[in-house]
Amino acid sequence: MTRLERSVDVLVVGGGPAGLGAAAELAASGAGHVEILEREQDAGGIPRHCLHGGFGVRGTGRFSGSGPRGGMSGPAFARACVAAAVGVGAVLRTGVSVTGWDGPRTVETTGPAGLERITARAVVLATGARERPRSARLVPGSRPPGIYTTGELQRAVHVHGQRIGTHAVVIGNEPVAHGAADTLRGAGLDIVAMVTDQPVSPLPALVRAWAGFPLLTGATVTRLTGRNRISGVELRHEDGRTTTLRCDTVVFTGDFVPEHELARRGGLVIDAGTRGPAYDTGFRTSRDGVFAVGNLLHAAEDAGVAAAEGRACAVPVLRGLAGHDRPAGPLVPLEVDPPLRWVAPNRIAPDAELHDGRFVLRTGRRLPRPHLVVSQDGRELHRQRLLLPVLPGHPFHLGAGWLERIDPHGSAVRITAL
Amino acid sequence: MTVTITRAGEPIGSGAADDDYDVTVVGAGVVGTAIARELARYRLRTALVEASHDIGNGTSKANTAILHTGFDADPDSLEARLVREGRHLLAAYAAESGIPVERVGALLIAWDEEQLALLPKLLAKAERNGYHAARMLGAGELAAREPHLGPGALGALEIPDESIICPWSTPLAYATQAVRAGVHLHLDCRVRHIADAGGSHLLTTSRGPLRTRYLVNAAGLHADEIDRHFGHDGFTVTPRRGQLIVFDKLARELVGHILLPVPTAAGKGVLVAPTVFGNVLLGPTSEEIDDKSATDSTADGIDFLREKGRRILPALLDEEITAVYAGLRAATGREDYRIQEYPALRYVAVGGIRSTGLTASMAIGAHVTGLLAGTGLELGAPRALPPVDLPNVGEAFPRPYRRADLIAEDPAYGTLVCHCEQVTLGEIRDALHSTIPPGSPDGLRRRTRAGSGRCQGFTCGAAVRALYEEARP
Ligand SMILES: Cc1cc2nc3c(=O)[nH]c(=O)nc-3n(C[C@H](O)[C@H](O)[C@H](O)COP(=O)(O)OP(=O)(O)OC[C@H]3O[C@@H](n4cnc5c(N)ncnc54)[C@H](O)[C@@H]3O)c2cc1C
Ligand SMILES: Cc1cc2nc3c(=O)[nH]c(=O)nc-3n(C[C@H](O)[C@H](O)[C@H](O)COP(=O)(O)OP(=O)(O)OC[C@H]3O[C@@H](n4cnc5c(N)ncnc54)[C@H](O)[C@@H]3O)c2cc1C
Repeated sequence: MTRLERSVDVLVVGGGPAGLGAAAELAASGAGHVEILEREQDAGGIPRHCLHGGFGVRGTGRFSGSGPRGGMSGPAFARACVAAAVGVGAVLRTGVSVTGWDGPRTVETTGPAGLERITARAVVLATGARERPRSARLVPGSRPPGIYTTGELQRAVHVHGQRIGTHAVVIGNEPVAHGAADTLRGAGLDIVAMVTDQPVSPLPALVRAWAGFPLLTGATVTRLTGRNRISGVELRHEDGRTTTLRCDTVVFTGDFVPEHELARRGGLVIDAGTRGPAYDTGFRTSRDGVFAVGNLLHAAEDAGVAAAEGRACAVPVLRGLAGHDRPAGPLVPLEVDPPLRWVAPNRIAPDAELHDGRFVLRTGRRLPRPHLVVSQDGRELHRQRLLLPVLPGHPFHLGAGWLERIDPHGSAVRITAL
Repeated sequence: MTVTITRAGEPIGSGAADDDYDVTVVGAGVVGTAIARELARYRLRTALVEASHDIGNGTSKANTAILHTGFDADPDSLEARLVREGRHLLAAYAAESGIPVERVGALLIAWDEEQLALLPKLLAKAERNGYHAARMLGAGELAAREPHLGPGALGALEIPDESIICPWSTPLAYATQAVRAGVHLHLDCRVRHIADAGGSHLLTTSRGPLRTRYLVNAAGLHADEIDRHFGHDGFTVTPRRGQLIVFDKLARELVGHILLPVPTAAGKGVLVAPTVFGNVLLGPTSEEIDDKSATDSTADGIDFLREKGRRILPALLDEEITAVYAGLRAATGREDYRIQEYPALRYVAVGGIRSTGLTASMAIGAHVTGLLAGTGLELGAPRALPPVDLPNVGEAFPRPYRRADLIAEDPAYGTLVCHCEQVTLGEIRDALHSTIPPGSPDGLRRRTRAGSGRCQGFTCGAAVRALYEEARP
């Protein structure tokens, strides 16, 4: 065949903060030939397009410039991630896409230099996440130009310097929505409103006033209008009223979904909640020697979390390379009950050990200071009261002190919010 | 021959008598381009005028993309004959022109006893339509063929020749061949008025006057308006909207065939079908509306489709949705095409090409050319057109990103721009410099698939737009 056959020790798919973090730690720990494949012309992942500061400080959720100060800008963070990986000898190849599988740890690639088939002793998937586009959210109406996701908007403005419009409506109220608002204002647009179907704002009134645009809560987008250009967003409010916001630009933000296609094409077990690969506390997927890190596993955490996870996965990957991949005993699934949406990691191995001592969760609906109850086969393993309300699109956490109480031969462990 | 394509701001000709076109086709949808292509085989001065900035930008861009066998048509209709002829013509043409086609076959499924009882009648109708390959499948065989079907399917009629086709490459191939053979294509050119100028028609267009001896009206949804310029009141086009949902490629393995419902008086019903791009379609709805521009989707339409889809293929509903769109069928109140020649007026109306126009397009082209000859147009001897070879955008054949030979020659074919659809820089560049370059980023998408994938431009939208803007004259 016309594919170049190659072998490496560790193949990292995706050169965002998670993949670069994994490669840096692995190359530094003597994992052998560690190669990162990044389909874009530049590595660094999503932070490359986030011009605001606040990166590099773990777990602060800085998706916009309006958060606390500190850290570096997105592009600087991206460059730092690249430098850290390349500096210790990881091989970074950009403009090379992994297009499919040809074996349990063999992938097919396309790049300007041709086609390859690369076999690795360990594969680390770090393909990230995207926002659901308008179509996938089933928002009815017309389909004219002027409809964006934050990802497309930030690239259009920050990478290509494209002109966007004059009046924008931002849909969503997760941190990334505020990132979109920053980008829009930086590009000179007026923000007509930020719209969320959630009943209450997670932001304190003070911050909202500072933001300088109305936040419409409890409002559902019922239709987009406009023929040659988007001209309006129709809303239905909680009290049944309908209104139309005039605008020439709409940005759909948040509603993240993992970039999981490669994982699915590879036949990896997918978690019903996260829609990323099911994985255990050692970043192991359902296939031996295939690991996963970053927002592919939980869309979406901030860049610091992704990078830290990347580094943390080096230990289990090294263990795998040494031939001690699978612990003895079955994996126990970890599941959530609605309105909780997902938990990550979501499989528990007998040797479970969390790299940062906690699980991350999402809820589908606001819950005021819930109790999280962990149980297995009707047996309560743990109960914990959260000190703050939990909100859709925002992470909250569960400690891991109960892990040793799991029956490794029991059925799924459940997390319920009361 | 030099290619003549004009756009807004450019002259279309002086309108003087020695500039008269022999024939002008109004409307560059799949029907108008097919007619223009057929006319290109003769030594005629032919114009194709189109109101939009691109060809194939009306109903022809938004359909279900099935190459029908016509097994269920009304056997005595003109439509039945042209669909029957057209599907063979187009299948052969597609193979030589690089238009993706896959013969996946259809299963017309009975979900209750009443529907089951109708299958033999449909089989007999297929026979009357000259289609002899249809056969009945029992519930067991049906389940084996389509393991993901919802519960309750009792049996099916198999129509092995129903195929899926690329709806965008088809008019593009026709139009490309036509303009290369000397047909003038005038875009951004809406026909506003038609007057008799003694032996020729004087068209008033949004870009100035244009004179032509013969006129073909292939204006789709607006064919009735063009027809009225001749004082006719023969038919009125009432748009019948069809909304569709496109599911992501990971859904493709859930379905092997085109899954048809048993047709009712209300129409052909909601189907599930693979696409040549490897997606799965669910639709269309069938809604009588009065606005010829209302290609909007609606909450009711989407809910209705999802409910139907859940019944047909429950697992489909768990897959990500890539796109929702709507097309408008040019219904005229009669269940047949309205193709009518008017010798005294040197005019042929091609109206009411409702829901099979893609399939029948080449046969319509030949039929209309015959009618023009019958009304007195001297055709002369036909010549063979040099073949077109469109870049492959279908999944059934190797796409450029998998072709080591192409990449070795030009690394641009190894540089992916749209990652969801695996569209390379080389393909985008080729489309931007092709015989009929796209008139918008959307036109570029229809030619290459760039931006039509699951992320809808999250990753590549800005880059594709930049490439489009860069290539603009
Ligand atoms: C629009 C948006 C804005 C955000 N803003 C912020 C913010 O302001 N602050 C913050 O902390 N976090 C932000 N995030 C979260 C952000 O995703 C994470 O911070 C971080 O980028 C996650 O890192 P990752 O490595 O998991 O994924 P990514 O950064 O998404 O990187 C994945 C990489 O994998 C590559 N890839 C995917 N598939 C393939 C393949 N098949 N072959 C080769 N390469 C492939 C991609 O090109 C990409 O470079 C934002 C996310 C989004 C979507
Ligand atoms: C939901 C749906 C599903 C379908 N599924 C299938 C299928 O599976 N298989 C199949 O074979 N067929 C299918 N069809 C039917 C098929 O799409 C149509 O029959 C076909 O596209 C009609 O082509 P057209 O060229 O007549 O119309 P159009 O594509 O609408 O072209 C008419 C053109 O005329 C132009 N025009 C109008 N007025 C003027 C003017 N005054 N001056 C200049 N230009 C003008 C318009 O801009 C337009 O481009 C479907 C249709 C719909 C709506």
